[in-house]
Amino acid sequence: MPPHLCQLCHTSRAQILRPKNHARLCAPCFISTFEIEIASTITTSHLFHPGERIAIGASGGKDSTVLASVLQTLNERHGWGLDLVLLSIDEGITGYRDHSLEAVKRNSAELGLPLSIVSYEELYGWSMDQVVAQVGRGGKGNCTYCGVFRRQALDRGAAGLGVRHVVTGHNADDVAETVVMNLLRGDLPRLGRGTSVVTSMPSAVGMGTGKEWEGKGRVGEVACTSVKRSKPLMWAYEKEIVLYAHHKKLDYFSTECIYSPEAFRGSARTLIKNLERIRPESIMDVVRSGIDMAKLVPNAEGGPGSGKPEAVQRDAGEDAEGGCGGSNGEDAGGEMAQMERKLQQDEQAEEDGTETEIKIPTKAVNGQRHDRDTQTSATAAALTSNVNGQDHDRHTHPPSNTTTTVPIRTKQEKKSNRKATRDTPPPKQRLGQCERCGYLSSQAVCKACMLLEGLNKARPRTGIEVGGAGG
Amino acid sequence: MSSTIPLAVEFTGGLELLFSNQRKHQISVPSSDSKGAPSNVGYLVKWLCENLIKDPRKEMFVLDHSVRPGILVLINDADWELEGEDKYELQANDEIVFVSTLHGG
Repeated sequence: MPPHLCQLCHTSRAQILRPKNHARLCAPCFISTFEIEIASTITTSHLFHPGERIAIGASGGKDSTVLASVLQTLNERHGWGLDLVLLSIDEGITGYRDHSLEAVKRNSAELGLPLSIVSYEELYGWSMDQVVAQVGRGGKGNCTYCGVFRRQALDRGAAGLGVRHVVTGHNADDVAETVVMNLLRGDLPRLGRGTSVVTSMPSAVGMGTGKEWEGKGRVGEVACTSVKRSKPLMWAYEKEIVLYAHHKKLDYFSTECIYSPEAFRGSARTLIKNLERIRPESIMDVVRSGIDMAKLVPNAEGGPGSGKPEAVQRDAGEDAEGGCGGSNGEDAGGEMAQMERKLQQDEQAEEDGTETEIKIPTKAVNGQRHDRDTQTSATAAALTSNVNGQDHDRHTHPPSNTTTTVPIRTKQEKKSNRKATRDTPPPKQRLGQCERCGYLSSQAVCKACMLLEGLNKARPRTGIEVGGAGG
Repeated sequence: MSSTIPLAVEFTGGLELLFSNQRKHQISVPSSDSKGAPSNVGYLVKWLCENLIKDPRKEMFVLDHSVRPGILVLINDADWELEGEDKYELQANDEIVFVSTLHGG
């Protein structure tokens, strides 16, 4: 058959069939159209301000490689004056991240952008290889640790660079996957975060000048976190990102984490890709549906009464970005959601003044309302083992009908509304700072520090004294 | 039946792992399929599964007798959708690229 001609220039052979509108474009017209659309996302959402210092979360994969290339191109073309840096997280997974970090280093040299790498090892004293050696490989715990650690790592890495805005390479397919996963989990409150182009961490009281972040020495000791996250590629199809990389001959690395089967995300991904083959517009339609549904969810991020729809807040303690897969961890894996619920129950127990309650062990088989046992090492065991436990519903779990508890001390008793807090989700924005690491947290000790406590207690040789964050 | 078509095939985006961790392969495929029809891309995919793939996880490449959704196919650097998909009849020295979008960073 005669070759199709590009619908824009009408001279060259068409090479790309655009999924969103079936337009047929030649490679040069496609590249310029793609860049114009990303620029449009950035300007219409007011993502950046002139001269802003931006960290690009760089994994070495296709999405972040394209993001870095496009941002660099647009920054020069439009004179935005952005101060771009690459920020990579080294989870410490031999055979996985070490290879992709090489790709990031090549990109750094190619684009002339400075690169900063922060490792779990330096932030937490534990690489993921060590965590897996400790907690075992087959279990569901690995991804939980990685997700909780990752959530803070980008913020801490950014803070260490004096950067208050991190951009990530999440694309439309990733967002659609996350929407589907949230729906399948019945987790509508999280729709808003997954579908917002900007998510922001609220500033802690008395913070906000950015000065506190600097001069603290080690990245693990940064006192405050108020880092904005955005996804400039969220309206770009994965197909187009890959084709952009292909036609611009960008150097990226493709791999899968060796520890993470991610079956649930994989199924959502397969569903999305099957839909795309039949009807490519489906991906964008799922994203739009996610955004519209988020608006209908009361008291949720992005929902009615939640403030600005454009900058959905990532609530510090509850924000369960994690899992990983291909999406740099902006959303929760299944075990992350369970972990989150567990921690919320701990928090609720604390609020109810029952953190020192005594539990009849035989009644606790289904893991309902684990108490904290005032930070004994049993806490750590519960944190990991309970991941496999029941899927609690934090909004409706009944008050202690399966666990007999005897409050013997009510240190932080809230006299007025003990009953009320049982039946309602905990208030989201009681933000303080983790008493150990200073990370923004709605609990006295943030999730990463709680996980670290468990790890450190179980580490025979080095004891507690590891890492900057764990204390 | 003895004539063959020389082709350049390439696997990227993680797919190379299924093909001896080698991106580019120079191959020759029969110029007609078992029914005597000219070889097309659909036939090439079947041929690759029978002759070139080294990894037992063939389902990472082919599902339901077609290239797995999420793998892009480029025929001489153009989307295969623009060229007739699996019905495209192979020409000598065509460059066929398979790019997976399924793998993360």
